[in-house]
Amino acid sequence: MLQVISLLLENKPGALLRVTGLLSARGYNIESLTVARTLDPTLSRMSIVVDVDATLRAQVIKQMNKLVNVLQAIDLTDVPAVARELLLLRVRAPLEHRTAILKEAEIFGARVVDSSAEGVALEATGDSEKVEEFIDVMRAYGEIDVTRSGLVAASLEHKKLKLSPPVQKPEPATVK
Amino acid sequence: MPVQTAPLLSGALMLLECLVREGVDCIFGYPGGVTLPLYDALYDHPIRHVLVRHEQNACFAAEGYARSTGRVGVCCATSGPGATNLVTGLVDALMDSIPVVALTGQVSSKLIGSDAFQEADTFGITRSCTKHNFLIKSLADLPQVLHEAFYLAASGRPGPVLVDIPKDIFQAQGHYTPVNSIHLPGYKVYTEGHTGQIRRAAQMMWEAERPFVYAGGGIIHGEASEELRQLVELLDAPAVCTLMGLGALPSTHPNFISMPGMHGSYAANMGMTHADLLIAIGVRFDDRVTGRLAAFAPHAEVIHVDIDPAEIGKNRTPELPIVGDARRVIAKMNKFLLETRDEMQPRNAAARRAWWGQVNGWKEEHPLTPEFSDDEIKPQHLMAEIDRISNGEAIVSSDVGQHQMWAAQFIRFNKPRLWLNSGGLGSMGFGLPAAVGAQFANPDKLVFAIVGDGGFQMSVPELATIANHGLPVKIIVSNNGYLGMVRQWQELFYNNRLSAVTLDGFPDAEKLAGAYGFKGRTIEHPRDLRAALEAAVAEPGPYLLNVRVSPYENVYPMVPSGGAIYEMVLRPPEPVEASR
Repeated sequence: MLQVISLLLENKPGALLRVTGLLSARGYNIESLTVARTLDPTLSRMSIVVDVDATLRAQVIKQMNKLVNVLQAIDLTDVPAVARELLLLRVRAPLEHRTAILKEAEIFGARVVDSSAEGVALEATGDSEKVEEFIDVMRAYGEIDVTRSGLVAASLEHKKLKLSPPVQKPEPATVK
Repeated sequence: MPVQTAPLLSGALMLLECLVREGVDCIFGYPGGVTLPLYDALYDHPIRHVLVRHEQNACFAAEGYARSTGRVGVCCATSGPGATNLVTGLVDALMDSIPVVALTGQVSSKLIGSDAFQEADTFGITRSCTKHNFLIKSLADLPQVLHEAFYLAASGRPGPVLVDIPKDIFQAQGHYTPVNSIHLPGYKVYTEGHTGQIRRAAQMMWEAERPFVYAGGGIIHGEASEELRQLVELLDAPAVCTLMGLGALPSTHPNFISMPGMHGSYAANMGMTHADLLIAIGVRFDDRVTGRLAAFAPHAEVIHVDIDPAEIGKNRTPELPIVGDARRVIAKMNKFLLETRDEMQPRNAAARRAWWGQVNGWKEEHPLTPEFSDDEIKPQHLMAEIDRISNGEAIVSSDVGQHQMWAAQFIRFNKPRLWLNSGGLGSMGFGLPAAVGAQFANPDKLVFAIVGDGGFQMSVPELATIANHGLPVKIIVSNNGYLGMVRQWQELFYNNRLSAVTLDGFPDAEKLAGAYGFKGRTIEHPRDLRAALEAAVAEPGPYLLNVRVSPYENVYPMVPSGGAIYEMVLRPPEPVEASR
């Protein structure tokens, strides 16, 4: 079972590496990672999927919270949260299979984004299990090509964001 | 158009203006191609630039400056090799939480990423070596970033911050806009500590029968020595200071036991093991202190005070965590302790007396006593003689290895910021350049650099810096002809197969120092030790005293790697014939 860490961080060069560096420095693999701007364009929301045991994960999340560019890092593993991913799938299928493919797509709520003589391109969203089931189903119709976005996750609980207020700079000392 | 009152400044001058406003009086550095504009600005600037002989030593010197004063130390290097040479020093400062600002030149903005001459990805390389780092992309950002760098370095849990500045930014012209406030919304500094938790801590302290104070470098960084002394006296608890915390409580204080851990005293380690309450302040339960974690302080509840929330529960889960600044938290603790003293103190008085009896018993059973010999200088004897001269007052900058442990065991420190050593990273080559930085910051103080013959040879270039400035650093080489600590482990754990630890070919100290224009001497007989040390200290300038010590002496007590701290080896096993 994989776990999801959600971060709110400053949208600045290097910020992503600071976060992922904490994981790679410990030899933890990142199963998926998504990052995009929030409503406030100076901030980004990041969802990282990892497979790290709870104690070590708690420690690494504390380290993430210490990063100057990170406003908040939370573990979504054991809190109410919704997680979805986007799948883009191309299937090379002869024309006689098209109807069946469209039927399966409808069952999974997938949409056709392109169609050509060679095959069909579909988009599907859902939790990871649903996406994987859809991939399995499509495999039966021909050679497939899969691109997954990785999970985006949102907490369903409001966790208060604690931000540091500005600090006044003390008067300069004089050089001797 | 608004009237510009501030004069137009180059980026280089603007940088120096920021340093002046941060109260910087001295920077340690080494120039190069891309920092030429900065060095041109330094040419007639009141900030003193100290030319070291290797960038690694610039960072160590800045650390020595910071460790001995509490002020931010500043070092400076050029792009590429200059910046990469800083890396060891930056990690050293990170591990020991030392406030350092490192300024590096970078190739011009438009050349970044083109494999330009002396280009390196300093921002990327130093990301994990610093508390935070910056790459300046526009001159307009420079003042804000510089002041943020100083704020980050010194506040919260201190640490190194690097600012990478492309050459064209040094050359660009602009106006310095004063920076009045710093806004880093994601940077949390926890200072106050939870009052309810602190009150509970005071309660636990009175209820404990065998309380034990475990104080670390955080006391020194947090300027909390006075509060710690009050706490220890209010509770009348035995206290240990870690390698990083020596001097936090005066070594001569009656409640001070010694350093704990791998080479800590019997009483310190037995105290930790038998305590029912461990009051851990500004410490990180380092493996060199705890030994086998599962067997560490097995009977104790733990109160852990630290400014860094990521330290809480990292190695040992405390019963009572308090995140806050050591000085403020201890001051509040003391207030609560005082309020409840009359009611609570008598309750466990008998148990506390018995506890002291036990602790004093351990102290008497296996005291830390220096070794002496009539025909060779024991390294412990050397430290005892330095201790006699220092009398708890001198700055002692140590390198890394056996001599560091002996110095920590046998030299007393009656104030914080006197004992400078590379505790976390254990960087050989630290001691001499750190002494340089400390001497610049404390020109009137007696500064010893106690180094082994290995670490000394890593920092030989700085003899030129010392000579240049006539710095009165007393360099004491504890010379056993070996990489002693590695040899000790090879002897004890690798069947005495001494592999690559013999340091033959040490130069003649008198000639070496003489070549740099100051005095030096080699001694090998114990009868010469005291006079030679006194002569070195009496010398108004630098002095290199090479002390030939017994080659096979090992550091005891010793907790073997992976052992519990009560499984100390107290003295050498039967003598082993060394095979070269």
